[in-house]
Amino acid sequence: MREFFFLFLVIVAGTGGELCVTRAMKVIGEVHDFQPAALVRFVFRAMRVGWMWIGIGMMTLAFFSLLAMLSIENVSLVVPVTALSYAAGTTGAKLFLHERISPQRWLGVLIVCVGVTLVWLSRR
Amino acid sequence: MKDSPGLHFKTYVLLLFVVLFAPLGNVLLSKGMKGIGSAQNWAPADLFPVLVKILTSGTIWLGIACLLAFFVAYMLVLTWADYSYVQPASAFSYAVVAVLSYFLLGEVVPPLRWAGIAVICVGVFVVGRTPPRTTEKA
Repeated sequence: MREFFFLFLVIVAGTGGELCVTRAMKVIGEVHDFQPAALVRFVFRAMRVGWMWIGIGMMTLAFFSLLAMLSIENVSLVVPVTALSYAAGTTGAKLFLHERISPQRWLGVLIVCVGVTLVWLSRR
Repeated sequence: MKDSPGLHFKTYVLLLFVVLFAPLGNVLLSKGMKGIGSAQNWAPADLFPVLVKILTSGTIWLGIACLLAFFVAYMLVLTWADYSYVQPASAFSYAVVAVLSYFLLGEVVPPLRWAGIAVICVGVFVVGRTPPRTTEKA
C-alpha cells in the first residue's frame, strides 16, 4: 500500500512541481541575456514568484518520495513506472496550463501507460 | 544555426551524457537507499535518523551529482536541439537503468519488464513526434 502512496507522490508532486515551475517561468518571461550577472538577476526574480516556491516544495517532496520508493522496490521497476508522469504532465498541461493536446500525443501517453502497466505486472 | 558535423558530434556526446547520467544517478540513489533501509515506522521521530543517514551518505550525494550532471547536459542540449528530438532520445534512459541495475546492483529484470520498458520507449517516441508547441503564443 505504501508503494502506491509513494508512487503517487513521486508522480503527482513531481509533475505538479514541474507545472508550477513552468507557470512561474511564464510569469518571468523568456531569457535572452545569458551573461552571469543577468542570470543571477533572473534567479532572484524567479525567487520572488510564489509559484516557484510551491514548485520547489513539491519537487522536494517528490525527490524524498522517490528515495523512499527506492528503499522498498528495485530501481529497474521504479524508474520506468515514473514514466506515468507523461500522463500526469499531459493531463496537468491540459487542465492547469490550458494547452491543446493533439490526438497523437494522447496516443503516445496511452502507449506509455500500457508499458508502465507491463512493468508493474513484472513486480514480484 | 546551420547543422555541422561538429554540432552533430556535440549533440550526440551530450545525449550520451543524458542517457547515462540519469540512470546512473538513480542506480546510485537506489544503492544508497538499499544500504540505509526503509523506515520501519513513518512517524517523524523515526524518519529523522533516516534523513540524517540520507544526508551523510556518499553514495546518495554521488547519485545527486550524477542527476545534476544529467540536468545540465539536458538543459545544454535543449539550447540548440529540438525538444521533440531530445525527448524521445532520452527515453533510452529507461532501458539503460534496467541494464545498469542488472550489472551494478544484480537486480533480476524479468522479460515482461523489458517488454514494458520497450513499450514505454515507443510511447515516448510517439509523444516526441508531436509538435512541441500546440498552443498559440500569447
